[in-house]
Parts: sequence; structure tokens; C-alpha cells
Amino acid sequence: MSYQSSIWPLAAVLISLLGALPILASDRRPNLRESWTILIAFGKVVIVASMLPTVLNGGGFVFTIAEVIPNVPIQLRVDAMGMFFALVASILWLFTSLYSIGYMRALDEHDQTRYFASFAVAISATLGVAFSANLLTLYLFYEMLSLSTYPLVTHHQDAEARTSGRKYLTYILGTSIGFALPAMLITYQLAGTLDFTQGGILAASGADASTLALILVLFIFGFAKAGIMPFHGWLPAAMVAPTPVSSFLHGVAVVKVGVFSILRVIFHIFGPDLLLQVHLGTVITTLASATILIASLVALTQDNLKRRLAYSTIGQLSYMVLGAGMLTAVGMTGGLLHIAMHAFGKITLFFCAGAIYVAAGKKYISQMDGLGKRMPITYLAFFFGSLSIIGMPPFGGFISKWNLATGAIESGQLILLLVLLVSSLLNALYFFPIVYRGFFMPAAEGEPDGIKEAPLFCLIPLSITALCSLGLFFWPGLFLRLARMAVGL
Amino acid sequence: MTTSNLHMYVLAAPLLTALFVNMLGRVSRSYVAPLVLGALGFSTLASLGVLSRVLDQGSYSYTVGNWAPPMGIELIIDPLSALMLVLISSVALLASFSALPMVAKEQAGKEHLFFTLYLILIAGLMGLVMTGDAFNLYVLLEITSITTYGLIAMGKGRAPLASFNYIIMGSIGACFYLLGVGYLYILTGSLNMADIAQILPQLGGDAAMATALCFILVGLWIKMALFPLHGWLPNAYSLAPTGAGLLVAPLMTKVTIYLMVRVMFSIFGADYLFVQNPLVQSGMVWLATAAIICASCLALAQRNLKRMLTYIIIAEVGYMVGGVWLANSTGLSGAILHIVNDALMTLCLFLAAAAIAYRVGSLDFDNLQGLYKRMPITMAAFTVGAFSMIGIPPTAGFFSKWYLILGGIEAGHWEYVVALLFSSLINAILFFRIIAIAYFRKEGDHARLQREEAPLIMQGPLILTAATLIVIGLGSGPLVRGIIKLALPVGF
Amino acid sequence: MEQFLAIIIAKYNYWLYVVLMMIGFYAMIGKRNLVKKLIGMNIFQTAIILMFVSAGAKYGAKIPILNKHEVLEHGVRAAQVVNPLPHVLMLTAIVVSVSVTGVALAILQRIYREYGTLEEDEILEKLGR
Repeated sequence: MSYQSSIWPLAAVLISLLGALPILASDRRPNLRESWTILIAFGKVVIVASMLPTVLNGGGFVFTIAEVIPNVPIQLRVDAMGMFFALVASILWLFTSLYSIGYMRALDEHDQTRYFASFAVAISATLGVAFSANLLTLYLFYEMLSLSTYPLVTHHQDAEARTSGRKYLTYILGTSIGFALPAMLITYQLAGTLDFTQGGILAASGADASTLALILVLFIFGFAKAGIMPFHGWLPAAMVAPTPVSSFLHGVAVVKVGVFSILRVIFHIFGPDLLLQVHLGTVITTLASATILIASLVALTQDNLKRRLAYSTIGQLSYMVLGAGMLTAVGMTGGLLHIAMHAFGKITLFFCAGAIYVAAGKKYISQMDGLGKRMPITYLAFFFGSLSIIGMPPFGGFISKWNLATGAIESGQLILLLVLLVSSLLNALYFFPIVYRGFFMPAAEGEPDGIKEAPLFCLIPLSITALCSLGLFFWPGLFLRLARMAVGL
Repeated sequence: MTTSNLHMYVLAAPLLTALFVNMLGRVSRSYVAPLVLGALGFSTLASLGVLSRVLDQGSYSYTVGNWAPPMGIELIIDPLSALMLVLISSVALLASFSALPMVAKEQAGKEHLFFTLYLILIAGLMGLVMTGDAFNLYVLLEITSITTYGLIAMGKGRAPLASFNYIIMGSIGACFYLLGVGYLYILTGSLNMADIAQILPQLGGDAAMATALCFILVGLWIKMALFPLHGWLPNAYSLAPTGAGLLVAPLMTKVTIYLMVRVMFSIFGADYLFVQNPLVQSGMVWLATAAIICASCLALAQRNLKRMLTYIIIAEVGYMVGGVWLANSTGLSGAILHIVNDALMTLCLFLAAAAIAYRVGSLDFDNLQGLYKRMPITMAAFTVGAFSMIGIPPTAGFFSKWYLILGGIEAGHWEYVVALLFSSLINAILFFRIIAIAYFRKEGDHARLQREEAPLIMQGPLILTAATLIVIGLGSGPLVRGIIKLALPVGF
Repeated sequence: MEQFLAIIIAKYNYWLYVVLMMIGFYAMIGKRNLVKKLIGMNIFQTAIILMFVSAGAKYGAKIPILNKHEVLEHGVRAAQVVNPLPHVLMLTAIVVSVSVTGVALAILQRIYREYGTLEEDEILEKLGR
């Protein structure tokens, strides 16, 4: 693959980072501020999309920001895998921005300027992770994301937000400094470089299996944003944030950044061949399987809708790691593909949860009886989203799960197939009751009548993402192709 | 003005201006600010000139008053000392912007006295990094110490008591150093570092030499507040007048660590220290490890911003001492890079603390609530400094920590690696505790707080320092390759 | 025992300074009165000054004031004059020690004015109030 030097990767990352400045400057003029947000989001999609043709043709872009450590520059590079993630993130950010405007204004939230500015920085960091050319750059943007999301998680600034914020940072910063950083340093010491290379950089270092296992586990737990148990506790806690934050950051950007980092490490630091050689695939799949099953079971017990979605997310994230851990091309494609499919599905679900909160002020599933009749569009979208997550055809989730299942069979680990099936069943068990209650249960006594659909700014984005989930079943071509390119198929 | 003695102008500017500040300042206080800023601005520019000359034409030595070494006093200008000159003069310049309004507020009417000491201290520090003479080093060490005693004693309340304790401890340190130099003189008959370094290996490492090393190092450790000899520092630095803390906290310990490096490699040599005495070498890394962990834990117990920062300084001393004693080039580069970075990030945090003190008065944690609303710019800079202390890229602190940890891995000193990571985590806790306090407000207090930033003269250097932290971070590649690698002693 | 005594007698000047130093050190660390601490510090410094000076001494040597004509004729006979360098160094060291003492005394004055005592215990007691 040949990379051409270009300013575009930097532009894609910087546009929202610098965009935070005009947002901050137009503090007192909300309409202007929101125009900036939309303009930047739009610009971002355009810049990312403009690089797509080259990537599809097997090319790529590279931009070196600074040479900081011997052999390890701070460098941005657009390859198929990064493009895949950047595309998902930037498109969904556009929808989230629209949705945020509706949500924040409907609830008349305080400090909206800080909110939108932090959001802009967070999406910059997300694209930075996607376009990182080496582990150090990835780590840099990973930390930037952790820190820029702190004001978002603690947006309400009350006692609960404070506790959750502390938990959020403890998990995220603690693991990244305590595990990921030393793992990165040991890798550098062994390999002399941190560059993401097809086939990995550790194979040539001659490190023994136990060292490799140690580094691998440090990396998997170090990128705790992926929510691998036991370092998943921050995600339910972070649900105190306003819903657009939960939907985008904790459905798409933050958590997927964790998964993306782990995938990068597995694909481009270790390399599947090396992992196969030292039999470390099982370490990954075991951790992931355990997380999938436990998280799905816990999700069943949650009454708070957002918390149920959070545990569902934890389970789904491990699907992606599981796919990578199969170490077969199809499984890895499935894992990567699930990033996109789950993103569209889960963001729809969160958008719906937010819409319900905006329209009816309800957070708990047990109170949502009969709501579906009053908010049919929202509930239909919710139904679509949940079907996609469960992996039913004709929804996008089916494609990725199909690949995962094929990968499991191909790798000869039928137990993984069982995990996938059981988990899909559990997914159905925790999603269907919500829809059922909404449509078929009578509303509770004394329920006010005035509940209508959420404002259009909320409704339109969630309809679009729901339709996208549907559409991705029929036209998965672009994402499938990028994912296949990324794993070298 | 020829370029060959440009470094003398760097040193002479603050020294001579000290005199004028004292005399003219008596006439009118309005002379103080332009004199101080002018002298330090000149020094900064000249020191940059010295650095570029050294990088261009290589190191050179200068004999004061034309007395030839080894009898006369020799000044050594090599990449390392030139780098330190730039660091000292620029930190001093930035600090004085903020110190001027602080002193006018806290020590009203004594500005000229304060800045006389302040400038002499800077001149002393500059002399320290240049001198190539062991006894001259003692004299300069005492010049800096005496001025610091005076500056600290100008504080309110318990400050004189803290200063007195510092005098006792500082004098013990200086006397130990002098004693060590005495041994060296008796052994070699010389006081010139290069000369001693030539004679010592011929003597073989006997007990007297070990005693000399021991006394010199312990003396310097007291001065740099290496745990467990740190007892004097928290009180002295936190009770000092804010203006004095701005200069003393970033520079004093760092310059002393530079001196340790200088003495270790210019007098005793890496071979004697590391190869002949491996037990001492690894023992020192363990001591540094203990210093980092204990000081970090002590920092957790503090309820005042400035006191917390003083304990972090002590932990950082452990970082650098450990890095030097790792006995590999990565660790040593990390330690030297950390001298630069730590000076700047300490400066950044103390500048922010000064700005807060200027507006809020007290730096107790309880008084910091709602500060992000009240002083957003100050707190933004504070946050950058805090990130650098924690070691979050791309701030400077991350990269020096990178080299230090990598050096620890290379040397197989895992305890040191763990200590550094542990300390990073503790720093994260420490700073996010403050950030949380300043970010959240009292329950129910949702009224829009009034914005009241510190005056522009304090904000300017603060913003500049915070920006420098990021620039140095991104530029650490060229910095290490271009300057610090050249500064490593022969054999590394 | 005799050997031990011989060692002490052969280098009695050094032993003397060790004893002096320990006295000073004890006063600095052990005494609770701030002035006594300061005096201890002075004793400590004096011990070091004595060590340096004695290091320059030689048996039967004269003070290092040379006759110009004699030097031109015979050169310097180093064995006949004491080494002047330690003395010179110690002049500087004395200056340093005097200035430290001066600063310390000034600070002690301030402390006394503030607390009315120079006993560390009493000051701490007042601070604790």
C-alpha cells in the first residue's frame, strides 16, 4: 500500500478541534453556535468522504505532525481500517449534532456552549484515533478523548455526576496509565518502533510467549474504553450524562475507540500470525466471551433504560473483540464490521431513549407501558435498532453476526458459536419486553395525556439512523469492502 | 560585545542590576519593574545566543580574570550548561512578570529589597551551572541559598521559622559538600573539576575517595530535598512569599540535580560510580523509588494547593535522581529532559497558583470551588500544567517520563518503572481532585459566577508557559537529538 | 590499643575536627533553642575550616610570604612554606559562614518579635494554639 503525504488527515482531525473556538466565542448567541456545530460536522464528513476513493483504490494518506521519539513520530495515516472507523464516526456525529440541538434545547440545559465545545474536541480525538499511524499517536488521542469527555459525563454538575465522573476517570485514566502505557513502552523496547504494520511488529522481536501474553492482557485491559470485564464499570456510571452524549460517545465514539485500539493492537502490533503461533487467541476469546455472557445477563436485570443499553453495549463491544480474537480473516472482518453495524443500531436505541425522556420524562422501563402508541415513530425506530443489535435479518447486525459465526466455524471453535447464539437469545430477551410494553401494555393509571413525539430535531436523526440500520443489510458493500481491505482479504 | 564572553553578560546582567534595583528602587518603586524585566530579558536573549554558539561551535571554557586553570576559576560552557542557562533565564523572566504584581501586593514597599535578592539568586544559579571549579560551586551554592533564606523569610506568619529550619538544613548540606571537597582537595591537591577527574582514577577507588563522594552527594541531596532529606522543603516553599515561590520552586531543586549530574560525571566519572560500585548504583535507584512513592503518598494528604505542589516537587526529584542513577543513556536523557520539563511545569502550576492567590487569597482546597467559571483562562493553563505533571501526551511531561520509564525497563529496574506509573496515577488523582473541586460548584449554586481573571501581566506568562509545555512536548524529538544527546557525558 | 592511639596521635588534627563537628552537629539537631542551633552551626562550620587549614600545614614550614630575590634565585621551595590555598579558600568560607550567621540572626530577631521566645517548643506551642 502506498501512502501519499497530504494535509487532509490533519484537516479532518483539526476541523472540529479548531471549530471549538468559534463555538466558545459565540457563547451568547445559541443560533450562531449551533450553526457552527453543524457546519463543522458537515465539513468533517466531506473531508473524510473526499479521502474515500483513494483508500478504496488501495491508496492512503499520511501526515507527520512532529518527530518526538526516535522512530516514533506523531503521525496521522489514513488506511482502510482507519477510514472505516472515521466514516462511521463522522457520519454519526452529524446526526448526533442535530439530535443534540433538539435535546438540549427541549430540556433547556445549562452550559450548552461548554457542551458543544467539548463534543467538538471529543470527535477530533476520535478521528485522531482512527487515523493514528502508530501506537503513541493513538495513545495521545485516546487520552485526549478521555479528558474531553469528562465535562460531558459530568455535565449536570450535581453530586451524582461528580461520583460518576470520578468513577469514569478512575477506570479510564487508571487503566490507560497503569496498563496501556507500560505495555506500549515494553513493546517499544522490544520492537524499537510502534508503527502499525500489516502483520505486526512484535513477530521479529523474538519475545517469548509469556511476555507476549503479558503485553496482550495489559493492552486489552489498558484500553478499558472497550469495556472488557472487569474494567467495564465506568460505562453504566457514565450514563448520568445527557442522552446525546451517551448515544454518541458511549454508543459509538468512546467505546468503539477502545475496541478499535484493541483491534489495532491485535492486527497491527501483534499480527494474527504471531498470536496463532503462540496460541494467544484463546486469551482474547475467553475474556470476550465471558464479558458477552455476563453483560447480557446483567442487562436483563436493569430497569433504567439507559443502563440496560449500557450493559447491552458492553456485551456487544466484546463481539468485536471476539471476532478479532478468532484470528481468521472472516472473523476479523465480522468484528470490524460489527463496529459499524452496532454503531448505527445502538445510536438509534439511545436516541430513542433520549426522545422518550424528552417527551415523557421517563427513565425506567417499568414506567414505559403503553408509550408506543403515543410515540409510534420512536418505538418503531427502537424496534428496528434492537432487531439490528440482536442480529435479525433484514438488518445490518445480521451481516456482522453472520461473519462472526462463519469465523467461529472456520477457526474450529464451535464453543464460540454457542456463545454467539446464547447471547443473541439474551439480546432478544432484554429488548423485546421494552417494545412489547410500549405497544401492547395499557398505560398506567393517572398517566397524563399530553405525551407526544419528541421535537423534530430529535425525531429526524433517529429515524434516519434506524433506516440506515435497515439499509445496511441491503447495501453493506462500502463498509464490507473497507473491513475486508483492513484485514487484508 | 564579543560573542566569546557572552555568557558573562548573561550572568552580569542580573548581578549588576541587583545593585541598581536596590539603589534606584529606594528613590522610586517604579524603577524596579523595568530594571528587573530589562535585565532578565537581556539575559534570556544572551543565553539563547550562548546556546546557539555552543551548538554551532562546540563547548568552550572561560577563565575568570585570566588565571589559568587549574588554579584559576574555570567556567565551562557546554550544551548542557548552555541549556540550563536558557532555562534559568527564561523561567526567571516569566516568573518575574507574575512576581512583580504579587510582591507589590504582598510585600508592599519592600519591592526593591525583594528584587535585589531575587536577582542575586538568579545570578547565583547561572554561576552554578557554568562553574567548573568545585570550591567555586560551594560559594555559589551558598549565595543562592542565602538569598533564598532571605526571600523565604520575607513571607508572612510562620515563614521566618520555616526559613530558619531551612538555614540549619541548608547549612548542613553545604558543609557536607564543602567537607567532601576538602577530601578531594587533600587527595588531589586540586579544585578544578576536570583536573580532579584526571587525577582521581590514578589513585584507585580508596576509602577517602568514597568518603568524599558520600559527603558531596549527601550535601547535594539535602539541598535538592531528596526523600528522606526533604523535611525542610514543604514549609519553606509553601510559606515563602508567592513571588519567591515562583522562582525558587521551579529552579532550585532542578539546578541542584544538574549539579549532582555535573559532580558525578565531571569529577568521579561513570566508570567509578556505576561499574565499580554497582551496589550503590542500584541502591540509589531503590532510594529514588522510595522517594517517589512516599512523596506521592504524602502529597495525597495535603489540603492546600501549594503544599500539595511542594510534595509533588519532592516526588519529581526522585524521578530525576532515579533517572540519573539508572546508568544508561536513555535514563540520563530522560532525567535531563525532565529537568527542563519539570522546571516549566512547576512554573506553570505556581504561576496559576499565584494568579489564584491574587484573586482568591487562600489556596486551601475548599476555596477553589467554581474557579473554572471565575478564572477560565487561568484554570485552562493550570489544567495543561496538571496534564503535564500527570504525563498526558502531547504535554512535555509525558515525553520525559517516557524516557525515564524506558530507561528503567532497559536497566531492568522494574521497581522504578512501577514507581513512576504509580506516581502518575497519584498525580492524576491529586489534580483531578482539584479540577473537580474547581469545576463543580456548591450544591444549588447555579447562579452565573462573576468572571474575574488575574491581571494581564500575570496571565501573559501563564499562557505562554502552558503553550511552551505543549510546544516542548511536540519538539522533544529535536530537543533530545539536538541538545541533550550532545550533553551526555562521554561513554554514554 | 596502642596502634589505635598511634593512629589518633598521628592525625590528631583530623580527630579534633571530627569531635568539633559532632558537637556542632549535635547542637544543630538536638538543641531546642534556636540560638543554640545557630551556635552549633557555627561550630560545625569552624570544624570544617580547621580541617582545611590543617590540611595545608607542614612541619617546620614558614608562612607563605616569599622573598622575590630568593625565588628568582632558587625557585620556590614548596616544602618550606605552608600551602596558602586552603587559607585563601577558608577566607571565603568564613565570609560565607558570617553571612549565613547574619541572615540567621536577623531571622531570629523576627521570630523573637513575633513569638516572644526562641525556644522551639514554646513557639510550636504558640502556633498550635
